[in-house]
Amino acid sequence: MTKHLLSINDLSILLPEGADRKCAIDNVNLTLNAGETLCVVGESGSGKSLTAKAIMGLLPAPHVRVGSGSINFGSEDLVQVSYERLRQIRGSEISMIFQEPMTALNPVMSIGNQIDEIFRYHASMTKLERQGKAIQLLKDVKLPDPKQIMNTFPHELSGGQRQRAMIAMALALSPKILIADEPTTALDVTTQAQILKLIKEMQSTYNSGVLFITHDFGVVADIADRVAVMQEGLIVESGKVDQVLNQPNHPYTKSLIAAVPSLTPRAPRKKSDESVIEVKKLNKVFGGEKSFFGFGKSKRIVNAVQNVSLDLFQGETLGIVGESGSGKSTLARCIIRLMDYDDGDVSIDGTNISKMGRAEMRPVRAKMQMVFQDPFASLNPRIKIGNIIAQGPLIQGKSKSEAEARARELLSVVGLDSKSYDRYPHEFSGGQRQRIGIARALALKPEVLVADEPVSALDVSIQAQILKLLDDIRIQMNLSMIFITHDLRVAAQVCDRIVVMRYGEIVEVGTTSEIFSNPTHDYSKELLNAVPGKGWEKENKNSASL
Amino acid sequence: MNRTNKILRYVSRRLLQGIPIILAIIVLNFFLLNLAEGDAVDVLAGEAGSATPEYMEQLRAKFGLDKPLPVQLLVYLKNVVTLDLGYSFRHDMPVSKLIVDRFWPTLLLMVSTIILAVGFGILLGLLAAVSLNTWKDAVITVFALITYATPLFWVGLMMIVVFSLNFGWFPTSGMENIAAFHEGFDRVKDIAHHLVLPTITLSLFYLALYTRMMRASMLEQYGLDYVVTARAKGLTERRITFVHVLRNALLPVVTMAGVQVGALIGGSVIVESVFAWPGLGMLAFESLFARDLNLLLGIFLLSSALVVAVNLIVDVIYSFLDPRIEIG
Amino acid sequence: MIDFWKRFSRNRSAVFGLAILLTVLFVASIASLIYPEDPFRLAGKPLSGPGLNGFLLGSDSLGRDVASGIAHGAKTSLLIGLIATLAAVFIGIIFGAFSGYYGGRIDDLLMRVTEIFQTIPSFVFAILLVAIMKPSIESIVIAITVVSWPGVARLVRAEFLSLKNREFVQACHTLGMSDLRIMLREILPNCLSPIIVIGSLMVATAILIESGLAFLGLGDPNIMSWGFQIGAGRTMLRSAWWVCTFPGIAILITVLAINLVGEGLNDALNPRLRERQ
Repeated sequence: MTKHLLSINDLSILLPEGADRKCAIDNVNLTLNAGETLCVVGESGSGKSLTAKAIMGLLPAPHVRVGSGSINFGSEDLVQVSYERLRQIRGSEISMIFQEPMTALNPVMSIGNQIDEIFRYHASMTKLERQGKAIQLLKDVKLPDPKQIMNTFPHELSGGQRQRAMIAMALALSPKILIADEPTTALDVTTQAQILKLIKEMQSTYNSGVLFITHDFGVVADIADRVAVMQEGLIVESGKVDQVLNQPNHPYTKSLIAAVPSLTPRAPRKKSDESVIEVKKLNKVFGGEKSFFGFGKSKRIVNAVQNVSLDLFQGETLGIVGESGSGKSTLARCIIRLMDYDDGDVSIDGTNISKMGRAEMRPVRAKMQMVFQDPFASLNPRIKIGNIIAQGPLIQGKSKSEAEARARELLSVVGLDSKSYDRYPHEFSGGQRQRIGIARALALKPEVLVADEPVSALDVSIQAQILKLLDDIRIQMNLSMIFITHDLRVAAQVCDRIVVMRYGEIVEVGTTSEIFSNPTHDYSKELLNAVPGKGWEKENKNSASL
Repeated sequence: MNRTNKILRYVSRRLLQGIPIILAIIVLNFFLLNLAEGDAVDVLAGEAGSATPEYMEQLRAKFGLDKPLPVQLLVYLKNVVTLDLGYSFRHDMPVSKLIVDRFWPTLLLMVSTIILAVGFGILLGLLAAVSLNTWKDAVITVFALITYATPLFWVGLMMIVVFSLNFGWFPTSGMENIAAFHEGFDRVKDIAHHLVLPTITLSLFYLALYTRMMRASMLEQYGLDYVVTARAKGLTERRITFVHVLRNALLPVVTMAGVQVGALIGGSVIVESVFAWPGLGMLAFESLFARDLNLLLGIFLLSSALVVAVNLIVDVIYSFLDPRIEIG
Repeated sequence: MIDFWKRFSRNRSAVFGLAILLTVLFVASIASLIYPEDPFRLAGKPLSGPGLNGFLLGSDSLGRDVASGIAHGAKTSLLIGLIATLAAVFIGIIFGAFSGYYGGRIDDLLMRVTEIFQTIPSFVFAILLVAIMKPSIESIVIAITVVSWPGVARLVRAEFLSLKNREFVQACHTLGMSDLRIMLREILPNCLSPIIVIGSLMVATAILIESGLAFLGLGDPNIMSWGFQIGAGRTMLRSAWWVCTFPGIAILITVLAINLVGEGLNDALNPRLRERQ
């Protein structure tokens, strides 16, 4: 047996009493070698993050603790070592980066000081040496103007820059192991691609072992040498990346991989020429309002939507794709009149609704309904499911019994038990809540459904089910749909046409196959190139499609 | 980009924001004055014993009290801006002079109270949070709970019973022993001796408040992600507590200290009247009995202005502590 | 409800507080039964010590029964505390709800008003109001209400601000629901927990303010109150310590009990891990 850099043997982590299962992870075995990247992949609640935390001794004790097993690092067992020794190892021999760089950095300490303290606690260097090293590190992770960055605070950097600073911190003392806990999940896809590249480069420079926790098979394909798949605290399959991704053995792995939407666009459908929604030169600016007494500080002006025109045709699904801050959600909210816009026109079925008052709007509202992103925030926790769905018809003047009948019918349409009618939202899982949200939107028999990132908060297997449901009802009810997403894989499987947005403007419009096979705008190309797992996709053309 | 410049700009902008608030309070003051039964002339007449209706009309004309309300308001505004707060017939002196004379003892009491309450509050809260679920934490928590529920005037009276009457350690009332004619350092010592009980009394409630806040704030900060990062970096618990957590935990406490200044002024009315401390609070207490409304409103106005000023100072301190505050 | 009690009773000091509070309530409700006479009346020898001359807790310089005063004072304190708090919560909800929900100029205007009321030193303001309106139970309630609503308004505004952008509220807009209904039926029920908690703590503060006013001689002259008893007894501190001491303890215990219950409510209604990791 060769000596591994790190080997986790039969590790179990106990959860506090009253949790839904006894062990967060059970009998986990993992090994990591120098210069290799091991991806631990799994859905939420699989125990992948706790495994990473256990290595560093960062479990939230005393509630969650190691029950049995060992974590061997060199000649030491990290479960048994003294606290002082563990502290020495942390940050110098094993270091870690986290998912949300904004909250993981101390908000009131400058980046320079946060790097500096690692040297102060692990190495004896003069102040000048430490400073020089810190600047060099910031340069290494390709942050612009490192000297300036030393004096900035976390909130003054962008998400990607913050994660670079975190990486600089983690690599300060050339650790043997870098643990990365979903380090790109909070980032936009183009930034994600850059950070993944940076981690790869750094790994080859330092020859560290990287333990990479993720839920995204695309990322796995891009970065992993070996993969371990976790399900509910167990490792169900592990092996070389090619083997696990392309010839998975375990049914769970198979189902996960099958649920990853393919980048190959769906077969085009017959296009209607009848326009349902017409948007003309829409503009929306945030900020810039004068405060009441004029003494308040002037707010920053953001052009959230600029001069956007588009059409939605009968029966089609129009995707609006872009990164955070591109204005895609704002545009959707303007179209559906959840927000007032500064100028421009929106027409539905040929009627211009942009100047309509509240009362006039009410009957029009029934024609356009929305499905929201966050399944936990989109249902009022104090109202029963049945009433949430029946609310719409009641407001639109239906009788109580009609509304209730409609709500019951919809529960079965979205695949929920009729007993759900009298239950409260907290009794349901994320996927079920999203079904309830869809049922609420359908209760008014809308012509148009606006879906704002409806699957981005869901695990990949649930995501596939919800996408399938949306597709089914779209056909069944002859809906036209505006589908907002940041995920090009999802867009490829759902949309007939795609609008690419950046900084509030439309940069490109085209059919899905045009955009994917032959993007014209540089930004569209950049987006497509940044999609994780592109290479894997090419080898694997016939991966499951919806 | 110069930070000093930025702060100066910030301060002047905050000062400007304070102006409408002060103006609004002056207007409120004016209406309260009008709400009260009888006007200054009635009071004067009452003081004098008897006055003919004609004479009272004359007086009203002299004071401008026969003019329509808006005109009176403008006159009042003008008077306040020129620091003319009216005349206290009871003390036979302009209100503004009276208030300024009594301002310093109150300031002394408040500054010593703030130092004691904020300083010890932060210390005790920190100690409780660091030794969570130990006897130290329990003692501090119970102490804070009880003092938080005790009325100030009662604490003051009990202090007098125990430390002045029983032990004879401290004087029962006043700010200095005037009969002793102390000079220089002796006088300072004498005032300090008189200051002990009022300060402790006034600070107890706020001490409890800041202790509880500091403890809760520390515990909240301990649960945040950046603490995990700090641990992952291999820092000592000492450094995590005193450098990372402490500074973040202080922020809400500093804000609270500013908010509480108004309440502190209210508390000083009670404490000063218990200990006969010759400050604004005592003056307010006296004017209550004398029904000297002009004086009471003057004190009210000054204390409001004081709160605006302290809030400004606190905001500036805060902007040093929290880099996220935009001061540009 | 059972669930709620389970969570509440996990906090033992809160249950202790509740027990004390119920005792105080009980004493207040039977005050007129055990001490049917006017508590202001001369009941016996002045300045009798506790246990002497038939006085459980002694008598003051005018021969008034301290124990009877405390029992009747309990009624006053609780009543004023409760009514003033309810009124302040009501005003605070209206200000906060409109401010948070509509934002913009309405918010600017309402919040400036709130800010002014928060800047004014509240106790001094309360003194002023009672002095101007003449001391009576109504003027005291009004004064306490006027100085305590801004806290509720701030809280409700913050809750409304965060909830109005929640997706379930947006969903109501897409259904065409009216603003009033969204505010009352959708948002308000979701911020009741923090309102209940702040309200319970405000009752304690109101009792403290009332006792302070009465101590300064601004109490309703016809109604017995703890602060009045202490104020009347302060000149006899040297000779009759009990006159000030017992009413003070009554205030302390009542306020402490309410604070404990408030904290218990907070833990039960807003469950959050309070322990350090």
